Parts: sequence; C-alpha cells; structure tokens
Amino acid sequence: MVILFSQAGSSTRRKMLSSVQNPRFLLIQCRRSKPFHNRYHQYPKSIHATSQVQSVSTSLPTSQIQKIQKSILSREKTARQFAEEFLNRLRLTEPHVKSFLHVSQTVLNEADEIDRKIDRNEDVGPLAGVLVAVKDNICTADMPSTAGSKILENYRPPFDATAVRKLKEGGAIIVGKTNLDEFGMGSTTEGSAYQVTANPWNLECVPGGSSGGSAAAVSARQCVVSLGSDTGGSVRQPASFCGVVGLKPTYGRVSRYGLVAYASSLDVIGCFGSSVADAGILLQAICGHDKLDATSSKREVNDFTSQFVAKDIFESQPLKGLRVGVISETLGDGVDQEVVSSIRGAISHLEELGCIVTEVSLPSFSLGLPAYYVLASSESSSNLSRYDGVRYGNQIVSDELSSLYGGSRANGFGPEVKRRILMGTYALSAGYYDAYYKRAQQVRTVVQKSFKAALDEHDILISPAAPSAAYKIGEKKNDPLAMYAGDIMTVNVNLAGLPALVLPCGFVKNGTASLPVGFQMIGAAFDEEKLLRVGHIFEQTLEGCSFIPPLIADEFKC
Amino acid sequence: MALTLLRGIQTRPLFPCSSAFVTRKHVLFCSMQSTQTETTMKTKQQPHSNFTETARAKAVEKALKDFEAIIGIETHVQLATMTKAFCSCAYSYGDQPNSCVCPVCMGLPGALPVLNSKVIEYAVMLGLALNCKLSMNSKFDRKQYFYPDLPKGYQISQFDIPIATNGFIDLDLPLEFGGGHRRFGITRVHMEEDAGKLLHTGTGNYSQVDLNRAGVPLLEIVSEPDMRTGIEAAEYAAELQRVVRYLGVSNGNMQEGSLRCDVNVSIRPIGQLEFGTKVEIKNLNAFSAMSRAIDFEIARQAALYNEGKAEEIVQETRLWEEGSQKTVTMRKKEGLADYRYFPEPDLPEVILTEEYVNGIHDSLPELPDMKRRRYEDMGLSMQDILFLANDVNVADYFEATIAKVPDIKLATNWIMGDIAAYMKNEKLSINEIKLSPQELGELIASIKSGTISGKIGKEIVDPVEIEKIVDKVIANNPKQLEQYRGGKTKLQGFFAGQLLYRVDKARSLELDFCSSRSFKMYVLPFFFSRNSTSNGRPAGFLSFCVGVQKQT
Repeated sequence: MVILFSQAGSSTRRKMLSSVQNPRFLLIQCRRSKPFHNRYHQYPKSIHATSQVQSVSTSLPTSQIQKIQKSILSREKTARQFAEEFLNRLRLTEPHVKSFLHVSQTVLNEADEIDRKIDRNEDVGPLAGVLVAVKDNICTADMPSTAGSKILENYRPPFDATAVRKLKEGGAIIVGKTNLDEFGMGSTTEGSAYQVTANPWNLECVPGGSSGGSAAAVSARQCVVSLGSDTGGSVRQPASFCGVVGLKPTYGRVSRYGLVAYASSLDVIGCFGSSVADAGILLQAICGHDKLDATSSKREVNDFTSQFVAKDIFESQPLKGLRVGVISETLGDGVDQEVVSSIRGAISHLEELGCIVTEVSLPSFSLGLPAYYVLASSESSSNLSRYDGVRYGNQIVSDELSSLYGGSRANGFGPEVKRRILMGTYALSAGYYDAYYKRAQQVRTVVQKSFKAALDEHDILISPAAPSAAYKIGEKKNDPLAMYAGDIMTVNVNLAGLPALVLPCGFVKNGTASLPVGFQMIGAAFDEEKLLRVGHIFEQTLEGCSFIPPLIADEFKC
Repeated sequence: MALTLLRGIQTRPLFPCSSAFVTRKHVLFCSMQSTQTETTMKTKQQPHSNFTETARAKAVEKALKDFEAIIGIETHVQLATMTKAFCSCAYSYGDQPNSCVCPVCMGLPGALPVLNSKVIEYAVMLGLALNCKLSMNSKFDRKQYFYPDLPKGYQISQFDIPIATNGFIDLDLPLEFGGGHRRFGITRVHMEEDAGKLLHTGTGNYSQVDLNRAGVPLLEIVSEPDMRTGIEAAEYAAELQRVVRYLGVSNGNMQEGSLRCDVNVSIRPIGQLEFGTKVEIKNLNAFSAMSRAIDFEIARQAALYNEGKAEEIVQETRLWEEGSQKTVTMRKKEGLADYRYFPEPDLPEVILTEEYVNGIHDSLPELPDMKRRRYEDMGLSMQDILFLANDVNVADYFEATIAKVPDIKLATNWIMGDIAAYMKNEKLSINEIKLSPQELGELIASIKSGTISGKIGKEIVDPVEIEKIVDKVIANNPKQLEQYRGGKTKLQGFFAGQLLYRVDKARSLELDFCSSRSFKMYVLPFFFSRNSTSNGRPAGFLSFCVGVQKQT
C-alpha cells in the first residue's frame, strides 16, 4: 500500500541521506509542502492552501551538475575529487547492481585534465567533471557498444553518437556503458545477453528496462546523470522503478545518429538524473538539430536552465492556472492500487500548487499497446537485418550463404529479439501488411490526434509511468505478454512523439521494504520547457520523500 | 589475414580508410558466381560469324510472322552526383575496393541516411525530360532482402509512390533499321541506392565484398511494354542514354555499369489478347547485345511455341552470354519475392514545390528529340541529324560552328567527314581535338568567301609544296618562332593563320584543297592535336612543332 503524503509540517527528518533512513520509514515522511514563499501574496486563499509556509528543506533534490560546476570553478573541490567519489561508490555498489557493461579506465585522467584547464583559466564547458553513464546502444568510439547483444560482442564503433559527442564537447566524462535489454527490447534489463541488473532499492527486483542500467546507475549514484533510449517507455519505466527522474524528449529533439536503431520512428535518446534540473541540463547539452539525422528537428531550443529557479522565489501557487489532465484510462483496471494512490497523491500536490486538474479520456489509449508492438516489431525486423555477420559481429563458419546468415543470427540474437523479428517480419509480409502494419499506422494517427485534442485543452497530461512498481527478477521473464502489458502507460507517448517527464512521487510497500513510484507528465511536442518547469516545482515542493536507495544510504555522504 | 583486415576496418576510428576488402573466409557463393554482372562484363566481345547473324535474323523474321513480341525494359541509371545518395562519400568507378565508404554506406549500427538533394534534382530533371507526371509528395521505402553486397539488409528505394510516373520518350529509328518515329511509354521513374559488389576469388572458397558502390544514387526507369523488336528496345535504351547525357545527370556508360538494362520479353500469337509468359534477360552490356539477346529470345520462344512446348517458356531470369550469343537460365522464379516494403522511417517525405519544379523545368537543356526536330527544320537529312544529335558534345560543336558561319551543309560535311574520321583514328572525343568550332567556322567562312581558293595546282597538293610554304612561314616570323620555342604554344594558332594566308597568297589552293589528302595529313593534325605525328611523315612545320614541344 502507499502512504499518502502527510500534511504535517513536521520536518525533523531532514537528513535524507542519513543511514538511519530506510525507504519504509520514509514512507510516512512523504508529505506535501507548500511552496516556500509567497512573494506577492497574490493568492491568499486557496482551497488547498492549508499549510503554513515551510522552512527550507535540505532533503530536496538539488542539481548535482550545478553543484559540481560551482565547486570546481570556485576551486572548492576538484573534478578529480568528484570523480573519485563516484568511482568509489561505483566500485562498492557495482557487484550488487551490475549496471555497467563497461567502465572507462580514463575517468580520472579526464578529470585531471579538467582540473588543469581550470588552473589555466580555460573554458571547461557546462558539464565539466560530470560523470555521465551511457546506455550501451549508444555508440562511443573509445568503448565497446554492444546494445546488450552477443551479435555485437566486442564491437567498437568508429564514431561517437552525436549525443555523446555533444556531451564530450560540454566537458562531460563518460564513465561507462550501461546494461540494457538486448537492442532495447524489453522492460526489465533481464534481456541483456551479458548480465542482469538489479534494482538498487531492492536487489531482488528488476530495475525496469530497457534502460535499466542507466536508471540503476543514477539511482545508486554511480554517476551523476545518464543517457538512455526510449522507444516505448525504456527511459520512463526504469526511472519510475529506480526512483529517479527520467526525461523522454520529443521525437526529433535529440539526434539519433549513433543510437543503435530499434524502431526508428519511435526511438529517442533520453535523460536520467537525480533531479529534474539535472535531467534538463543534460537534455540541453545533447539536443538540437543534427545534419547527420534527417529526422532531427531544426526548431530552436530554448534555455531550459532558466526554469530551475530556487525554491525560495516560488510564489505560493507557482503553478496557478496550469491545466492538468489526468488520463482517466490510466487509473483504472490493471493498475496497481498503490500506484493509483501515489498518483492521486501527486495530483493533490499539483492542485495545491495551483493546478486546475481535470480528468481527460483518451479512448484510443488501449489501442496504443498492440499498435506499438506491431510497429516497433516491424521496424526492428528491418533495422536488425544489418546484423548478418558479414561486416561485423560474430560470423559462423558455413559453406553456404543462407546457413551463414541463419547460423550467425541464431547464435547472435537472444529469444526476445528473435520473437520481435519474427513478429515484425510477419506483420510486413505480403498479404498481412494491411491487416497489421497499415492498421497499426492508422491507430497511430488516431492516437496522435487524440493526444493533440487533449493537449489543446490541457497544458500537461498525467498518468502513472507504469502500472506497477518494480517486480521480482524472473517474475515476468517467461511471460512476454505480461511484460508487454507493463508498457501500456508509456507506448502511446512514443506513438505520438511527445515529450514526457517521469519523476518519483511516492512509494509502494514491498515486503519489509518499499519501492519508488513515478508519475508521468506528458507535454505538447517540443514543449520540454514546460514539463521541466512543472517537474522542478513539483520536485522542489515535495518534501520528505528521499529517493536515495537504502543500498547507498549508509555510505552516501550528504 | 582476411579476418585481420576485417577487424582493422571495424576498430579503425577514421573512415574512409582502408583499402582492404571486406573479406570473409569459408564463404561459398558458387551458386551466384554466374549471376554477377561484373564477372561477365569482362568477357570480350566475340566476333560473331555472319552466319549466326543471318541465321538469327531469319529466325526472328520468321517468328514475327506469326508472333508478336512484347518487350519492356527496366533501366538503372547511376547518377553523376559528387557524393553518394545518403552520405558524403565521393565515389568514382575503379577506385580501390572499400576506399569510398563510411559508417552510413557500410550500414554500421547507429548510422543514419541523409538524402543528397542532388538526387531529387536529377530525378525531377529526368522525370520532366521523360514527360512524366511528378509526385509532389513522395517518400522512400525499404526493400528488404539479404545479400552480402547489401550492407543494411534493405535497399532504400521508392515503392508505391515513385517520384515520376506516366511519361513517354520519343525517338527516331536509324534508316538502316527502317527509320521511322517511335513513342514508348514510361511507367515510372524512381530513386534508389545501388548495392556494393561481390568479387569472387579464383579458388572459390571465399568471396570479397567491395562496398564502394553501395549507396550510390540510381534512377530506375521502367518502360511500358511497348517495344516489339530488339532494335526498338536497343534504340529505346540508346535514346535514354542520350537523354541522361544531355541532362548531365549520368555519364550513361554501359561498360562501367552506369546504365544497366534488364529486359522483359514475352511473345504471343498475333491476334491473341493475353500476354505470354515473360522472361527477364540480364547482363546486357551494349545496345547491340540487347538487340541480339532479344532477337535470340524471341526466336527461342517462338520455336518452343511451334514445337508445341509453350509450357517450357517459364517465368525466369536468363543471362545473355556474349560468347555463345545465347541466353541461358540464371534462376527460375520461385513464386513472387516478398520484399516487405515499408516506408523508410529514417527519411522525411520528399515534398516538391511548384516553384522548385518550375525552376528545374525552365533550366532544362534542349533534349535530343527537340534537337532532332530543330535540325529537321534546318533541312538536315535524318542520317545527318542522328549523327549530330547523338552526342551532345558533337551537337554543341556543330552549333558553335554554324554560329560562326551559317553554312549548315559545309559544317555538317566537315564534322561528319574529316573530323569524325580523325576522331575515330585518333580515338579522341570531339572535346579533345584542337580545332575549335570557331576555327572550323573561320575555315569554312574562308572557303565560302573564296579567300582560300584559286586554281588547284597538282604541285601544291604535293606535300613537298606544302612543306615549302611551311618553311616560308617559319622563316618570315622569327620573333614568333622564338616565343613559340620559349613555350608560348598559343602561337600555334598564329602559325596556322599564317599558313592559310600564305597558301592563299600564293593563290595556289582552291576550295577542294581543304579536303585534299595533303591538307588532311599536314594541316588538320596540326589543328587537331599537338602531338599528332601519327601519319609518320616528316613534314617541315609539323615535325618542327613537335620538336619544339619536346624541348619545352
């Protein structure tokens, strides 16, 4: 069950990183707080304005990127010190979490180089000294990039993905490559050909997927932020499972060049952070038009960072008038009651912040899941054709061409990938195309239209990020349909190409422990700015919920 | 070794780099060896005995008494763009294997195609030139199949909405084939990318992949099944070649594979409405091969009909074998191939604006058929027209000449006579010869005006007399000679003028001289080529010129 945010003003538990805290204990600490300061006293009376002005909480998530930037530029701390701190934690936690498929050996050297540049008063970039983990389906020239598949074992691309290049240009240090479901096909990260990643909140649970490694790495503070990819929810669902912020940008906002394609019309590189600001700053660094990706948008990018104002200048109802639509179909049957309660808590909090919350129905919502699986499988069956063992990857020895293909692919691909290639090949076959692929495209258009209509009436839409919190490793491994069903909350957003932000809002009980729950905010195309603003205000006013997993609570120094 | 090379490519941080083949061992492609055009392209043209020619001609003639042949042609034209269709690799025929490749055209994970806008421009140009209806809103699709020369496992092509449809091409048949005007329908023109090439080793235990050609832009032009004879088909292809060359969208070179034709042939008894079973013929590397292959195929199918074995005509792909002058079975069609086309999600739709199309339309050059009609109006004979308009460079030369001197007949005679013969002997194209059309124009003008005229003296035609004049010219211009020796080769023109002037001064030449053997041997080579000593005769002025050049 979920413990709703308490109204209490008590704020004795400030040390969210203290070892005495465990998530279960935290549950009853979660509460809403009113925005700190009502500068203009414009809204003296609100039906939700029940509590007094709160004192500033130190437990609120803060931007680690801004902190690092400030510290290293003021020479308060060196980039090397930050890097060592993260690497030490990585070393301690990695045997349990197994987020990484590859860890860079040059992190400290790169940190030293940044420190030297600072000593020389050279420009170091907005991400200087920030340790970024990169999902292993995003190409890095100096590290393996396997997409979690045996067919790309030891494959090293000759180029950096555009997003990675931009990170490096911004001064970031790539700490390593994170685990994923093979080619991003899965929702648990159990589909990796190499290892199973654990949820830092409960090592017996999955971190979600497919970007489970990237989510777990941020959750366990093995890195500052990380890149994932989101084709049907692969950033947002693991963000929810691991209690971190996950941002899926608008399709075309971030270049896909160097992202190993799963379903080209749905794939987006996304961002993980331990705060909304960090996810936003990371997006700022990687987004924008790229001449190497014809589907990347030429739209100008606003400065998101201006949204991340300090809490103490919030108005009493900083989101007053914001029209929030709760997608009614996402809080009904098949959704864990504790998750629903969490979301309702988040909704109450939004109302207190001044939002006008109404329910909105998207009748096409349930159609999204089958349409998604037809389209994603179809595109993947084509995108994965290039793994034929001829130019790269493992090739089996064969005297004959078709068995060379068959053998290399049979050995190289895992069962879930084969399943989707089969489904997709079937859906595109002559005689079936109209019934499957074409029909699914029609559904996609319907979904896009219904989202458009809903977003004409509302500024943002709200839903859970997943129908449940994290589940046990192995629980759905042999039940692909159950796993597919878990993507119901997220796939529609990919079909419509919209941006969405998932941020932790509460917990559900899980035996003696508890697991985080995230909620999803969906915005209009290319309006990441609004999502980040609302997310930041929500996060900065949600006091008492510590989203530091117990695994590191002991050693995590505040 | 092969494996090492491959790893080399894989881990090398910079592309394009390796001159290495992408090679895999233990791969046997025996079944496909004979299907590769590049292997058979090397086959030397065999001299065909007149007997076979006549026998085939007779067989076809006989067949066409009772049967009608239905011929349709699919042509792939390689576009002469600076870079490939979807990446920035430059490509040129004959480069070291795998030296024009990058992550995109190698199909590396994460690489994405970005369309080269020249491809659209060229497609629109050809679409307009072929009188097609343009799709203002078209798209790319993926055509999926596995083959080692296809890096992505799919070819980016256009399926249900080609950029241009429903056009036609007009041509004039040469007189030796009976002459006459023909209009053949164009079903569609679409854009796509080329595949790489497989190179089969002699031992046959592995094959090598060369991806230089992968991603090179192509236009596929599908004709209506409007052709009825081998000649018509070959002339259709030749006209298409002229059109792409006039437009400058392709070099149209068949030997290099820049223009590739696959022909579909079926026959039916005259009067029958439904079509017969069609057979596809590949490996046609020359227009003459096309014509002969089709004639062979018509005769073959007719023979089967006549022997009551019509059921032996099956839907298949046959290869033209230049050596034996036959078509042979390459592969039987086993049901329809399912390419699982679907819209290419990595590329946005192709949207043309009226303004863009109009701009291209207005800048189209004069096309072969328009040129032929204009030449016809000028009063030229069809034989002359076909010669002059065949090569856009020759046509340009002709037009530049008559711009200087409006004597169509003389210009035509000069170009089709002496100049053509000279080009043939020296294996030069018209752009490579020294005589500029302006100079030819002047020459013709001089002849016309009678500047170069007078009584012909046998002695003057004698090379010795010419040499005398040459020597005189040299002797009278010591200053220019010195400058010439110092490297001012432009003075060749001056000397030429002096030569003509002297010749005229002596009033020792008349018009006929200009087409005399001596003039051709001594004067023309001087004009045409600075190194021309091919006649091997010691001539005062010429050998002198050559001597000077050797010194500089």
